[in-house]
Amino acid sequence: MSPAPARRLLRPTTLLIYLLLGFFALLTLLPFVWMICAAVKTKEDFFTSQFLPRGPGFLGIAWDHLTLHQFVRLFRDLPVPRALLNSIFFASVGSVLATLFCAMGGYGLSKFQFTGRQALTTAILGTVVLPGALLLVPRFETLYHLGLVDRYLGIFLPALAPAFGLYLFRQAMLNSVPADILESARIDGCGEIRIFFQIVLPIVRPMISAYLIISFIALWNDYITPQIMLQSPERQPLSVVIFSLKGLYADDYSLMLAGTLVSIAPVMLLFFLLQREFISGLTSGAVKG
Amino acid sequence: MKNSRLHSAWTPWIFLAPFLLSFTAFIGWPAVRSLMLAFEQTFGPRTTAFVGLTNFRFMLHDPFFWTAVGNTVLFTVAAVVTQIPAALGLALLLNRADLRGRRLFRVIFFAPSIVGLAFVAIIYSIMLEKRTGFINSSLHALLPAWDPDFPWLEHYVMPSLILAVLWLSAGFYMVYFLAALQNVPGELLDAANIDGASPWQRFRHVTLPEIRPVLNIILLLVVTGSFQLFELPYLLYNETNGNGPDNQALTIVTYLYQTGFRSGDLGYASAIGWLLTLVLVGLALLQRRLTQKEEL
Repeated sequence: MSPAPARRLLRPTTLLIYLLLGFFALLTLLPFVWMICAAVKTKEDFFTSQFLPRGPGFLGIAWDHLTLHQFVRLFRDLPVPRALLNSIFFASVGSVLATLFCAMGGYGLSKFQFTGRQALTTAILGTVVLPGALLLVPRFETLYHLGLVDRYLGIFLPALAPAFGLYLFRQAMLNSVPADILESARIDGCGEIRIFFQIVLPIVRPMISAYLIISFIALWNDYITPQIMLQSPERQPLSVVIFSLKGLYADDYSLMLAGTLVSIAPVMLLFFLLQREFISGLTSGAVKG
Repeated sequence: MKNSRLHSAWTPWIFLAPFLLSFTAFIGWPAVRSLMLAFEQTFGPRTTAFVGLTNFRFMLHDPFFWTAVGNTVLFTVAAVVTQIPAALGLALLLNRADLRGRRLFRVIFFAPSIVGLAFVAIIYSIMLEKRTGFINSSLHALLPAWDPDFPWLEHYVMPSLILAVLWLSAGFYMVYFLAALQNVPGELLDAANIDGASPWQRFRHVTLPEIRPVLNIILLLVVTGSFQLFELPYLLYNETNGNGPDNQALTIVTYLYQTGFRSGDLGYASAIGWLLTLVLVGLALLQRRLTQKEEL
């Protein structure tokens, strides 16, 4: 551990790398910063300043112009509280069930020998190439026949069998659940359900937390499915309700961006808290090691 | 063999049942149904007739379909040449042992891909406005020669889409490249260093071959993902149902969606979807052939 001379030699390159990284990080973050500033401005101030309105205050900013009015409008005058609850409900129930179904399915596919296993695996994983929009029409038809159009169930049920999730759990279990542990548990008379919940699930715990966030965020962000499958406005999630502001309040940019901020903030928070699990879950399928 | 197993033959099926039930109803059956529909003529749920390849033949002479194909291919090419270098470049910058704050940078670059497409559409539709938009006014402030009325969304549809998607997904693919770069054996790079290889030579002859498998996967993901571009242009141009000015924003999947949900022509929509699927499978197989050849 004596990197001092080496580090001094590296300095110009290292400095350049930090500069480049800082520049790109700034470009990446600017839309967020701009959005946050826009959300606390009045409709008029939105057009007169890029970020925060200029004025005589601290740092040359007119702090007294800033307002939480847009958030008040969102939560008092618009159906945003209900939409927020809908989003929380969809995304949490959906992601818990999808994760459970994928973990169970992945276990069934990876840790048992049965006829047709290979064919079944190929058939399920093969569907990832189908464009999502292709399945929307026949799916709507199925939901219609089941009487599930405009019902919360009609949003959940189709989201519970993602081929990508099954693939992630199948891989995780192939790699990390040893067959002899399962066999010796069976010899000890442990039931199959108990083996799954008490032995298998704890081993793949990192994948469980990863997939919970991956599917939570995917469900939270889904726009097309609720837009098609739900008709009652009071059942719509944030994505649909906030996007509809674009048509209703065409030039009220501060309101739309405040709504967008409210919708993005919860998943961003979740991502920041659990980013390590999230990213390792995503990359585990593609990169071995 | 069968008798030596300690579990019953039913056990795997019990674990698979919940997934398979949902899968069959909402993915498996819809896939089969759409394949049937592709050979039928449908206007509304009651009037259907088997028409063989008519839907596919109609596609050949449908100018809207070919506009959509042109736009989609253009977007895909642009997506590959922008997103892959950007993602790999960021990953290379981050892949240094002595770098401080690597995790912070990784989180920052990845953050946009958490944002849902409906929200991206709102953000970019406002940022790309003429004159009042953040992008034009920033560019004008930095370069006074930049026209503050530069018509991004009104005229430069493809650059607008590419810009938004680059912001959205460069960091997403970056994490895959970064994971792959971290698996490149340090000894190989050290050996090349000792042999006097330049940074470019080290990248070209050591790093690139090592990360090749991941590069191939990302390439396939970007191409198949770009071929299915839909929600973003559809939402950015939702006043025109996703067509955009002079149909410049019309993509294959947008057209599929329009024919299926707007015109109710389920047969034609399914035919478009299945043709797209065949193309995507073809591209995946082609790439597999090419990479296998490379390895020989």
